[in-house]
Amino acid sequence: MAVPDAKEKWSGRVNEMTIGATPDQGGTRGRTVTVGGASGIPFLDFDGQMPHPPAIAVDVFDRPPIHWPPPLAEAYRDVWEDPVAWAQRAKDLGADLINLRLISTHPDEQDRSPEQAVETVRAVLQAVDLPLIIWGCGVAEKDQRVMPRVAEAAQGENCLLGAATETDYRTLCAAAQAYGHKLITLAPCDINKQKQVNILASDMGFPLTDIVNYPTTASLGYGMEYIYSILERIRLAALSGDKLVAQPVLVDPGYEAWRAKEAKAGSEMAAQWGELAVRGPAWEAATACNLLQGGADILVLCHPVAIAAVREAIRLLVST
Amino acid sequence: MPLTGLEIYKHLPKTNCKDCGFPTCLAFAMKMAAGQIALEKCPHVSPEGRAALESASRPPIQLVEIGSGENQIKIGNETQLFRHEEKFHRPTAVAIRLDDTLDDATFAQRAGDIGQLVFERVGTRVRVNMVAVDNQSQDAGRLAWAVQTAAERSGLPCMVISAKAAHLDRAAEVLSGQRPLLYVSDPSEALNAAAVAKARQCPLAIRADGLEALAELTPKIQAAGVEQIVLAPGTRGLKATLDALTRIRRLALKGFRRLGYPALAFAVDGSPYLQMIQACTYVAKYAAIVILDTLDRALILPVLATRQDIYTDPQKPVAVEPKLYEVGEPGPNSPVLVTTNFSLTYYSVEGEVEASRVPAYILSVDTEGTSVLTAWASDKFNPETIAKALHNFRVEERVKHRRLVIPGLVAVLSAGIEDESGWTVQVGPKEASGIPNFLKTQWQNPLT
Repeated sequence: MAVPDAKEKWSGRVNEMTIGATPDQGGTRGRTVTVGGASGIPFLDFDGQMPHPPAIAVDVFDRPPIHWPPPLAEAYRDVWEDPVAWAQRAKDLGADLINLRLISTHPDEQDRSPEQAVETVRAVLQAVDLPLIIWGCGVAEKDQRVMPRVAEAAQGENCLLGAATETDYRTLCAAAQAYGHKLITLAPCDINKQKQVNILASDMGFPLTDIVNYPTTASLGYGMEYIYSILERIRLAALSGDKLVAQPVLVDPGYEAWRAKEAKAGSEMAAQWGELAVRGPAWEAATACNLLQGGADILVLCHPVAIAAVREAIRLLVST
Repeated sequence: MPLTGLEIYKHLPKTNCKDCGFPTCLAFAMKMAAGQIALEKCPHVSPEGRAALESASRPPIQLVEIGSGENQIKIGNETQLFRHEEKFHRPTAVAIRLDDTLDDATFAQRAGDIGQLVFERVGTRVRVNMVAVDNQSQDAGRLAWAVQTAAERSGLPCMVISAKAAHLDRAAEVLSGQRPLLYVSDPSEALNAAAVAKARQCPLAIRADGLEALAELTPKIQAAGVEQIVLAPGTRGLKATLDALTRIRRLALKGFRRLGYPALAFAVDGSPYLQMIQACTYVAKYAAIVILDTLDRALILPVLATRQDIYTDPQKPVAVEPKLYEVGEPGPNSPVLVTTNFSLTYYSVEGEVEASRVPAYILSVDTEGTSVLTAWASDKFNPETIAKALHNFRVEERVKHRRLVIPGLVAVLSAGIEDESGWTVQVGPKEASGIPNFLKTQWQNPLT
């Protein structure tokens, strides 16, 4: 019995984008990472091609995250004082990209100076040859002072810089453009706002093809389905030819999953919910893998066990 | 796929006799397409027309009922590929597999444990739905004992896995009246198993290697008198199973009747984490039943949470119960923060309060599940509703001070709330992420 073809007719595809630059491309990275390019619903060979597997970025903070729940703290406590040692650990764990967060520049944290942030970025770039994602602290006024300096210091490395929002995009956009970096545009769970930020960046002359969409992230069990559906809608729009949201998409299941009670509650919940040592990484891996099905191209992850499990799942999903 | 008016019209007499009460056959067809009138109202439709319309108006994916009583499982009748179009209707049934070669005590113990795989999270109770008894012993008597034990110990519906129709018959006899799902793992036994399923009035899961083989088989099973069929595409591993589940759903919704049934998937290969990931993936991607081997609660909980999330109605805002929540162990001098009862808003606030390590009360006001700005704009989050919540949840009896922290986005409400409630308002941060710093450095208890 012949079965009809289940393929949908798509007219568009997700943009292909490369992060990082090797010496012959003007940078110092050991290799680059290319994401996107899909011409169908994720991982379905009958529906379209997926030329590049989703990439895993591993979190590195520029100050110790002392409030992390025990399973995460145990995995990184020995390196978390030093972003360089931490970035090396991330590479050893199989990261495709380093996800560097300049949290210490936050006025409510150490309020470190742009010079200190530049120092951190330089040190990480020098010690580890993976492509970099670099985030400011999220306070617009401070990021406007920090990120241009960081972008300048990393000139030629083709980093991915985050994040431009509907209200604060000019400085980051200009910095990314001036020093040859890619740009993350952030619009919380709203496809129209996502388009809006991309239009604003594009109006400044920033190429739509150098953007990564970041619809923010919600943990499994705490609104994950909103992000899942936004990812699906972004993918469907891209496949039907909408250039304004045809960018690869980044999500942050590591940070978000570990905020959930299920990834934090310890022995008091073990009888009901199982051991935290398993439950925490499982919560992160499940959040990440669900979002993969929605259409995520870059996953920011934390725990070594989750990284390994998600890596294995991706390997199986893209194998031919 | 519902028929359009024109498709229905093709099968009507086209005489415009008006006996149905409508001026033309086309008008009748349009009413019928809208679901406002039944075909019975047309006295002249031909038997061929009736047959065509009845089969075409069947739901694209057959409804299947497994088990009986309060734990009965209903799967199928899905109508969408993407949940933002319309909710997914019948949540995936999660089953745990038990091998009938386990020794008696272990088998009985595990069956009991499966029945206890019930979890409380975010105020909701979720559970594993089914025991899948696998006839690895290839012994009919052993299987009969095993299914009886599984049903009694777990209190859950059973799925019975065997290569032999005769063994399925024994199991169904033991579970008479309990509607187990019979799963025949050997395609060459499928027709014999169909006879068993018909005689025992049980739903039947059929396995075949690939969708072509399944599509070949389903009309024969149906001809043997079994309507409630579950498809097992016989794939191994994440990629092939995802592929098969998606193709089945797409083709069924496009009206390919031979695959218009709910599908099941095994998540039993690889490391425990990988099994969990497979199960989550299949829940998100169209499986009506997923079968796991693990009993580890830490790995099952994410699967059940995935099911909760994916099967949430996207049209309906998700709300938490409006009440006074405690984070940490707050006392009479702890801060009180007010927010709405939209679950995402509430849990964002709760998460940040928790992260701050400052014990606090969160007053969740009934805004019908809308967020702060939406509720403010629609006048559901206003001085009156906030004062009423303070009063109704007796916040005055819990803290000594009278200072309320409100979301920064609705600072404009400050004076109104103070007038209405008699409390002093302190304006909090605009974003939940500002809460930890706010509580540590700006919150002031006026009494200390």
